[in-house]
Amino acid sequence: MTRHMLSSADLSRTEVLDILATAESMHDLQRREVKKVPTLRGRTVINFFFEDSTRTRSSFEIAGKWMSADTINLSAKGSSTSKGESLRDTAMTIDAMAVDALVIRHNASGACHQVAQWVRCSVINAGDGTHEHPTQALLDAYTLRSRLGDLDGKHVVIVGDLTHSRVFRSNVITLKTLGARVTVVAPPTLMPSGIVGWSATDGFATSWDLDAVLDGEDPVDAVMMLRVQRERMSGGYFPTAREYTVGYGLTRDRLDRLVARNPDVLILHPGPMNRGLEIAAEAADSARSVVLDQVSAGVAVRMAVLYHLLAGNDDAPREPAELETSTTGASAPSAPTQPEGVAR
Amino acid sequence: MTRLLVRGARILGGHPADLLIEDGVIRQVGSLGAAEGVEVMDADGLVALPGLVDLHVHLREPGREDAETIATGSAAAAAGGFTAVFAMANTSPVTDTAEAAERILDLGRASGLVDVVPVGAVTKGLDGAELAELGLMARSRARVRVFSDDGRCVHDARLMRRALEYIKPFGGVISQHAQDPHLADGSACCHEGELSGRLGLPGWPAVAEETIVARDVMLARHTGSRVHVAHVSTAGTVEVVRWAKAQGIDVTAEVTPHHLALTTDLLVGYDPVYKVNPPLRPQEDVEALRAALADGTIDAVATDHAPHARHDKEHTFVDAAFGMLGLETALAVVSDLMVRPGLLDWSDVARVMSTTPARIGGLPDQGRPLQPGSPANITLVDPDREVTVDAAASRSLSRNNPWHGRTLRGAVHATIHRGTVTHSTDTNVMETAS
Repeated sequence: MTRHMLSSADLSRTEVLDILATAESMHDLQRREVKKVPTLRGRTVINFFFEDSTRTRSSFEIAGKWMSADTINLSAKGSSTSKGESLRDTAMTIDAMAVDALVIRHNASGACHQVAQWVRCSVINAGDGTHEHPTQALLDAYTLRSRLGDLDGKHVVIVGDLTHSRVFRSNVITLKTLGARVTVVAPPTLMPSGIVGWSATDGFATSWDLDAVLDGEDPVDAVMMLRVQRERMSGGYFPTAREYTVGYGLTRDRLDRLVARNPDVLILHPGPMNRGLEIAAEAADSARSVVLDQVSAGVAVRMAVLYHLLAGNDDAPREPAELETSTTGASAPSAPTQPEGVAR
Repeated sequence: MTRLLVRGARILGGHPADLLIEDGVIRQVGSLGAAEGVEVMDADGLVALPGLVDLHVHLREPGREDAETIATGSAAAAAGGFTAVFAMANTSPVTDTAEAAERILDLGRASGLVDVVPVGAVTKGLDGAELAELGLMARSRARVRVFSDDGRCVHDARLMRRALEYIKPFGGVISQHAQDPHLADGSACCHEGELSGRLGLPGWPAVAEETIVARDVMLARHTGSRVHVAHVSTAGTVEVVRWAKAQGIDVTAEVTPHHLALTTDLLVGYDPVYKVNPPLRPQEDVEALRAALADGTIDAVATDHAPHARHDKEHTFVDAAFGMLGLETALAVVSDLMVRPGLLDWSDVARVMSTTPARIGGLPDQGRPLQPGSPANITLVDPDREVTVDAAASRSLSRNNPWHGRTLRGAVHATIHRGTVTHSTDTNVMETAS
């Protein structure tokens, strides 16, 4: 793994599995009364969110704090960028404060890639425009594996606004890396341009017909619903909310058919959900929904990512045993194995 | 009287000949001896072309003199072999009045390096709503003949029709930035295709250019007026232009060196130096553009030289300014890409980079054959010299140069503008015969 986390494509299968294994240790921590380990003591992590976010930002912040890093949140509102400073100057200014990691959410695709070329610290992509969201894909994979086990050969269906979804772009990569079979479903207007050639290269299927996929010969193991961005509904992508729901919503009827064919099927959604539009309340709240599991896994996965990027940065690599020594005396998670190539 | 003898130049790549220049005019061509007191420039092995003419540059003055001025842009033009450049109207304030056009003309004359020819805006303030004072600009000292809202498309069909009708009495031409804003809005920055889908960049589909060009050639036919297609970027546009010419419609077209050479794949790293409007296209479009330039469907090479201050490019790809430098490298790119593989010869280069652009833009003193009586606007090219481009060495005030670090073969050796040497790679430009 490089010193940055910019794209899901940067991670090999081994690296993904290493991060997910570490996340399991971290997940145990969440269940304890005192949730703190000293692993990143003395490290500074800046969460720079140029775009509003609740769950991703708080997830990264909690992850950093539980590992004893000094985490600082910045937003574009009121920052130098809102006063006209260039992205490069802003990034270099923060980097000059000797921070260890910069977690960036930005509304422009590629922003994290650009920043990574200008700074010395590690850059973590917390969602860039309509490009990628690699930690979301990792937490989705974590959630799926915790219920389904090995994802090799599992069939995952991703439904919704693919054009504007960074979650979709990272997920098709990570799920493919882990051997899952992926089918993406959307109306033609919400399919990214050139997706036919892209799917052929990257090995996923595409469809305009959700019912044909759900009722097809290939049983579905998980359905990942994507948020319909209401602000885009006036862009002529589809006629009405009602028509979208009839064609592409996970309605009660579709949920019943899914469960009838596979009682273990899983329902995922990256949130925030538009109940009644892309997902019916019955589906969102059903026993098959793992939406809250995804949120919970988010903290563990981001702890694992911070660990892999930052914990090996000293000249003398930290002993994994250090993780076992909680500053509070609470029992600590089991020691993750130091993966290959984590040094900066 | 100033006298200059250019000795041994291969005119349009043909046999060596001497050119005697007196008071800014070519007086004799042939095997000439150097009379006493005549300055002599050795051009052995060099190709002599009529001075290059660029129909499409952005000089940023007035308004953004931190990115370029008419003086620095003129210096870059001279270094690139140009003797005349057309300065686009999207300055601040916009060149949409006779006074503004004359101001550009005067600043260009003050620099004295190239003819700086103002392009007039089609609409007031480039707002696409009302016609600018086209007639007053045409009748001004600047004698404006080319009108363009470049950077924006005149997308209102009725307004475009009126503009085409209005410019007919003074032989004007509308240079159209073809971009349907409903198909490719201001955020569109990447050729719409698989790569834009993967990168999550707003797509700029080829059809947004092609539909406007198709509409404009039909309006040109309807009005009997002239339309010029700026920076053609797609194979589909080439087909439309080819069809229109076959119908006898008065349409001309230009292509930029970067659209001839660079492909959309370069956007993978999100480097804003490659952000241009229209965007870089896939290889199949690039091939079509090269073929169209070679067969005459595309009439001219124009740089769309677009200097930007460093801080205007150091934003996210979506937020960074559109455009790249081009004046100093255009000839080398055409030489490397088109002449070396045999797609064009040097007489073709003279046609697409001098003669035809001068005709389209209505410049009687430019693009003339290198023969007695012609104004001495001459570009001397060393066809074999390899140049590794160094952005830091640019005469432009800006550094957004996509060719930095690349080696191109074929370099401008010297530029002569109205008999005066405005650029030379030799430190000792001339000797004096005694």
